[in-house]
Amino acid sequence: MSEAGGTPCFHCGEPLLPGIRFAVTIDGCEQTVCCIGCRAAAELIREAGLGDYYRYRSAPGPRPVADEDDLWSTYDRPEVQRPLLGQDGEHSVVNLLIEGLRCAACSWLIGQRLAQLPGVARSNVNPATARAQVAFDPARTSLGTLLRAIAALGYRPHVLGAADTLAVATRERRAALKRLAVAGFGMMQVMMIAVALYVGAVDGMDPVIREYLRIISLVVTTPVLVYAGRPFFAGAYHSLRAHQVGMDVPVALAIGLAWIASAWNTLAGRGEVYYDSVVMFIFLLLLGRYVEMLARHRAGSTGEALLRLVPATALKLGTGGRERVPVATLSIGDRVLVPVGECFPADGVVEHGTTEADEALLTGESLPVAKPEGASVIAGAVNTGAPIDVLLTAVGQSTVLAGIVRLLERAQTERPRLARLADRAASWFVSRLLIGAAIVCAAWLLIDPSRAFEATLAVLVVSCPCALSLATPTALTAATACLARHGLLVTRSDALEALATADTVVFDKTGTLTVGRPQLTAVEALLGTPQSALEIAAALEHRSEHPLSQAFERVPAAAAGSVSVHPGQGIEGRVRGTVYRIGTSAFVAAIAGSRPAGVRDRGVHLGSRDGWTARFELGDTVRPAARAVVRELSDLGLRPLIASGDHAEAVEPVARALGIDRWYARLLPADKLSLVGSLRDAGARVLAVGDGINDAPTLRAASVSLALGTGSDLAQASADLVALGGDLATLPLAVRTARRTVAVVRQNLVWAAAYNLVAVPFAAFGLVPPWLAAVGMSASSLLVVLNALRLTRLPRAPRALAAVPQLSGPAAAA
Amino acid sequence: MTIIFVLIPLGLVLVGFALWAFFWAVSDGQFDDLESPGWSVLTDEPHRTPTEDDR
Repeated sequence: MSEAGGTPCFHCGEPLLPGIRFAVTIDGCEQTVCCIGCRAAAELIREAGLGDYYRYRSAPGPRPVADEDDLWSTYDRPEVQRPLLGQDGEHSVVNLLIEGLRCAACSWLIGQRLAQLPGVARSNVNPATARAQVAFDPARTSLGTLLRAIAALGYRPHVLGAADTLAVATRERRAALKRLAVAGFGMMQVMMIAVALYVGAVDGMDPVIREYLRIISLVVTTPVLVYAGRPFFAGAYHSLRAHQVGMDVPVALAIGLAWIASAWNTLAGRGEVYYDSVVMFIFLLLLGRYVEMLARHRAGSTGEALLRLVPATALKLGTGGRERVPVATLSIGDRVLVPVGECFPADGVVEHGTTEADEALLTGESLPVAKPEGASVIAGAVNTGAPIDVLLTAVGQSTVLAGIVRLLERAQTERPRLARLADRAASWFVSRLLIGAAIVCAAWLLIDPSRAFEATLAVLVVSCPCALSLATPTALTAATACLARHGLLVTRSDALEALATADTVVFDKTGTLTVGRPQLTAVEALLGTPQSALEIAAALEHRSEHPLSQAFERVPAAAAGSVSVHPGQGIEGRVRGTVYRIGTSAFVAAIAGSRPAGVRDRGVHLGSRDGWTARFELGDTVRPAARAVVRELSDLGLRPLIASGDHAEAVEPVARALGIDRWYARLLPADKLSLVGSLRDAGARVLAVGDGINDAPTLRAASVSLALGTGSDLAQASADLVALGGDLATLPLAVRTARRTVAVVRQNLVWAAAYNLVAVPFAAFGLVPPWLAAVGMSASSLLVVLNALRLTRLPRAPRALAAVPQLSGPAAAA
Repeated sequence: MTIIFVLIPLGLVLVGFALWAFFWAVSDGQFDDLESPGWSVLTDEPHRTPTEDDR
């Protein structure tokens, strides 16, 4: 099916399907929305008097999911609520994580809606962390009511419990801000004094005042070095203890030596001081790390990601009937009832009933898997067919899901081997530098031992900070900021260097190269028009929770009556006076007679007593941007390959459509991990792209990885880069930016090295007057920073962006 | 120029005060969410819902 042009949905921003119009009136204007869910959310927002949301929001709203009243009502029960609530005076306090919370207008909307509920004392909704903390009167309202209200707006709340899991991140961010402030304030003071000193060096200055200004600089710089610079010294200490030369080592060496040399010269009352360099480097480095930390916090953490997968409670079947219990109390041998639409709380076998499970995020399988009696089910998968009884065989840490997390942890510990490779360049530079300084020292000891220490320090100081502390971080910070503006978060600083050198790209299939949701790919009408067949099919499918029915979600439906769902087979119901069946060919054949010759067995069939009506082909379609992205990455010299957990029959057409000749199907998370490992052992630098939980270990093990923002949180927490909004089209842009970054870093290093090569000998022989040295050093630093700032602009000819669908189609009639 | 022997330490004291104020603000959580508090002024009656007393 083609993408519809024209107006996007007023509420969620997705393109409208042709022929579908749901209207809603906001602020006196009629607006068009894409589905019933969006209309309900928009009407609710209007009824609650919160229509201003649409005026102020900066991102489209989330698309409401199917009604989940049953799920929320379990949170109404006191015994379920109690362990999740904290106490604040007479109010109960709960922390929520809200999926779909994207901008400040969203947080305003939720905050206002909660404030309208009776019994809510206060709420604090933070859009940056997608958290909400709500205090309410337990006598007047319940947790379930709050969750229902948030869900009705189209968001998906998760209960985090009484403890604020963000405490660690908050502490880290606050400490970083304080360091940044100390470095920033210190920099202002020292720079001001440095200007006076430079001018004094040119115009002449009273030695007493000069000495006084230097001592003031020392007094200001020392706390900056000790307090704000502590992370660098701690990092250098840790990496040296692990017998490595990390990126912190040259930084700590540079600022430490520059401070020692300056303090020495200040106390001795002669020579040069470098306080301005010390504080400026500390400030700029901290700024870069702060930006990186914000990106990392936004990408989420592993622990929370897991929390969202397994439900908090389960329906345990005991001797006295069924009972809601917390999942943590389940043990092997227990029997639980899993309703439709809920996650399996633990691994087990189906004891009673037949159903289907959606395991897409866990295994990469794009279509639901049939689960007859005796089949095994895994925790975290969604029950999509019918309610079933499950006999638990593994709980907690022994589930398949926990196993994937352990794989992730193992991949994480293997990472340092790669990090060492990235650090090799830095340690090479540091070792050459130390050798050079040693030679200078030895030479001066032979010539004039009294000046050896001073000269050696001068060489170290002049060459160190500029080249190492400024050249690389400024370029990385500029590139990170530029990518963030285009929807790409960089969560690890050396990710860009690794991305620039990547030569192999491993794609996951489901959800990464494909949309990840079943969509209608073809309609074969046997009786009547395709349009009427679609309407009948949609009428029946809209009553079903089955994932395949999502394909019909936005098709206009006729009215249907007496609908019954037959799990694993299909749906039966009365539409326009006729009883229709939709589902497998055997299910339809039971009322429509034998299948006509020439109609294939595959797909979803529709029929009535009058005969076979239509056949629908459903499939996971390739993302519109995927083809252009793969081609462009090949042009950039990256060899693409697909590693999927899905069947070969599902992977092959996608690979063929995208022109990828190397593909692997039916891979378990461990297989994917070993595939990446063997590629790396063969010398490839692997870029992994994925979205699922099963991709998380691969993402962690690859040289560099990208997760889609629409995918699982576990994948996002394990990746080095996160594409917000799930747009693959930014990937070539990222590669190109990364390569430009590395080029700029190299230019900066070459420039700094060349400047030092020329300046240091002249200075060492006393041929450069102090004012010239000062001007030269400032100009050198300025050039390096300006060169790095070039990265904040877009690279030329971004072809991948042309593949992004244009939203500015023909103007709407409204 | 002897005035700078007074003015610069005075400046440093002021910087120290500014830093103390900033530290206090950070610890108070004023920098935890820079966006949503600005939205709270958009509604005239932020926390009012019709109650029994209004009728």
